[in-house]
Amino acid sequence: MINHLPILQVVIPLLVAPLCVLFRSPRLVWSIAALTCWIILVIAGVLLHEVLSNGVISYEIGGWAAPWGIEYRLDEANTLVLLIVSGIAAVVTSYARLSVEHEIAEDTIPLFYSAWMLCITGLLGITATGDAFNVFVFLEISSLSTYAMIAMGKDRRALTASFQYLVMGTIGATFILIGIGLMYMMTGTLNMADLAQRLPAVSDTRTIRAAAAFLTVGLSLKIALLPLHLWLPNAYAYAPSAATALLAATATKVALYVALRFMFTVQGVDFTFGQMRLDLILLPLSVVALLAMSMVAIFQTNVKRLLAYSSVAQIGYMTLGISMASATGLTGSILHIFNHALMKGGLFLALGAIMYRVGSVELDKLAGIAKRMPWTMAAFVAGGLSLIGVPTSVGFISKWYLILAALEKGWWPVVMLIVFTSLLAVIYIWRVIEVAYFHAATDENSGIKEAPLSLLLPTWLLIGASYYFGIDSSLSTSTAKLAVLRLWGGGL
Amino acid sequence: MKRNPVLRVITDLLLPPILLFALYVQFHGDYGPGGGFQAGVIFAAGIILYALVYGLKKTQRVLPPQRIRVFVALGVLLYAGTGIAGLLLGGNYLDYNVLGSNPLAGQHLGILLVELGVGITVAAVMIMVFYMFAGRK
Repeated sequence: MINHLPILQVVIPLLVAPLCVLFRSPRLVWSIAALTCWIILVIAGVLLHEVLSNGVISYEIGGWAAPWGIEYRLDEANTLVLLIVSGIAAVVTSYARLSVEHEIAEDTIPLFYSAWMLCITGLLGITATGDAFNVFVFLEISSLSTYAMIAMGKDRRALTASFQYLVMGTIGATFILIGIGLMYMMTGTLNMADLAQRLPAVSDTRTIRAAAAFLTVGLSLKIALLPLHLWLPNAYAYAPSAATALLAATATKVALYVALRFMFTVQGVDFTFGQMRLDLILLPLSVVALLAMSMVAIFQTNVKRLLAYSSVAQIGYMTLGISMASATGLTGSILHIFNHALMKGGLFLALGAIMYRVGSVELDKLAGIAKRMPWTMAAFVAGGLSLIGVPTSVGFISKWYLILAALEKGWWPVVMLIVFTSLLAVIYIWRVIEVAYFHAATDENSGIKEAPLSLLLPTWLLIGASYYFGIDSSLSTSTAKLAVLRLWGGGL
Repeated sequence: MKRNPVLRVITDLLLPPILLFALYVQFHGDYGPGGGFQAGVIFAAGIILYALVYGLKKTQRVLPPQRIRVFVALGVLLYAGTGIAGLLLGGNYLDYNVLGSNPLAGQHLGILLVELGVGITVAAVMIMVFYMFAGRK
């Protein structure tokens, strides 16, 4: 059975999704979903161990050999992302029970968990597959289920947010499909490893340049890179709390992984950075994203929106690392994918706990809340510190690598930028802390109790992980470095 | 539209051939044009035609929404289950060769089951979407 693990990772949640529809009891459906997520986390752990000790795993679906059939190909880069997705899924699903019962009508809860499992299936499938068209199919699975989950938010604005994301996401997916189609037209293959071999011969054609452009724009939409981020703040703000945490910690990260896969493995460094000069586009966009979105975050009155804008800014760090086109920069990016998933996931879970008790995450409703919910707010503060990049937190590790990479290149202004945007993060996190800790509690807030343990434990699990990997970063950094070597394809 | 005899008679005449044609497209999909998706759409179109003429209430007496919901899930389960069956019989996921006594029979059976799953889910989802829109007050 062990050699079937790459496909079981994706198929188990796929099988559980329709099962969720068949049952009525929210409690039962949740138990099945949570159990499944822990199983796939174990599978992801075993796979990472296998890959690190025995090298790349290839799995042929339906027994059809690789360039013709669909191949699942696991190397250091995507197994790390698999571990992130399934780890976050396991923790957030364990957390989801009370939060979902609180925010979603009882008869739609089974449908919610069905969409939830489909979303996880899609994200895992995108990551595991070695076939370009399969990426698109799983992208659609995860996107469609995401639109449904966002629309289930309690606020009526969730519907417009979901529709906005539907329109933008569909454009993005179409662009990605056009890009893949153009590459298929020139090479006659969809297998990524095969594409990587055949593309250099035709890389100097207008078709392939157009393919790269379509792919970059389409994936940027999914990543929410600056000018294409408009769907993200509303989607995160009005989605059910648990869904926000899952999406914020996984969806954009997986899209970024796909972008890395296409830029580095499929099209190759020479094409992406030598011929197309993608670094020249990514660098200014990342800088503007970091500066503008951190500033916008400062002025938000809804804490979920605040963190959403902060997410767009943090994505700027990841693309900044890519735009340096160096091994250290890419290591920083991949580390930030891992680290940001932990801390943003933890922060959104803390917010979900506040939502559960207070019923709102508007800043003025949170006055004096820290006295009532000390553990929840402590988790928020710890996550916030990690976001700022305080030493011993994961945020510090990834910023450290980004600064190292900038110094290697002699980009002093970029070093200043990273430090300056960390200070901006201090401001927006402080605004929440100030209201929660130093404002007198309003009368409405006087009866509020600490969040139940089933919400606190998963929150602290992620926050704790974000400090564990900040202190002992050997697993994440060594895997990230191996992933960089793999993505670069031996050109280092 | 219940009171319009022309529509009613035409519907009564057309409905059996439409459903039969859906089944033909479904099961002849292995040899000719067709397959689960098209068959599911045709089947659902027949049901929707019936609902348009005879009303939602009467249609839901034949096909209650709760049962449709089960069929939505059942199709996906049949598809993914066929893949798992291949895996349990010693092949890779979705390997049809191991399903039959020889690869030819196996491939035939595999594609038939998978397309049946597609057909069931597509028809059920189409009917479900129609119920959702038609049932809005």
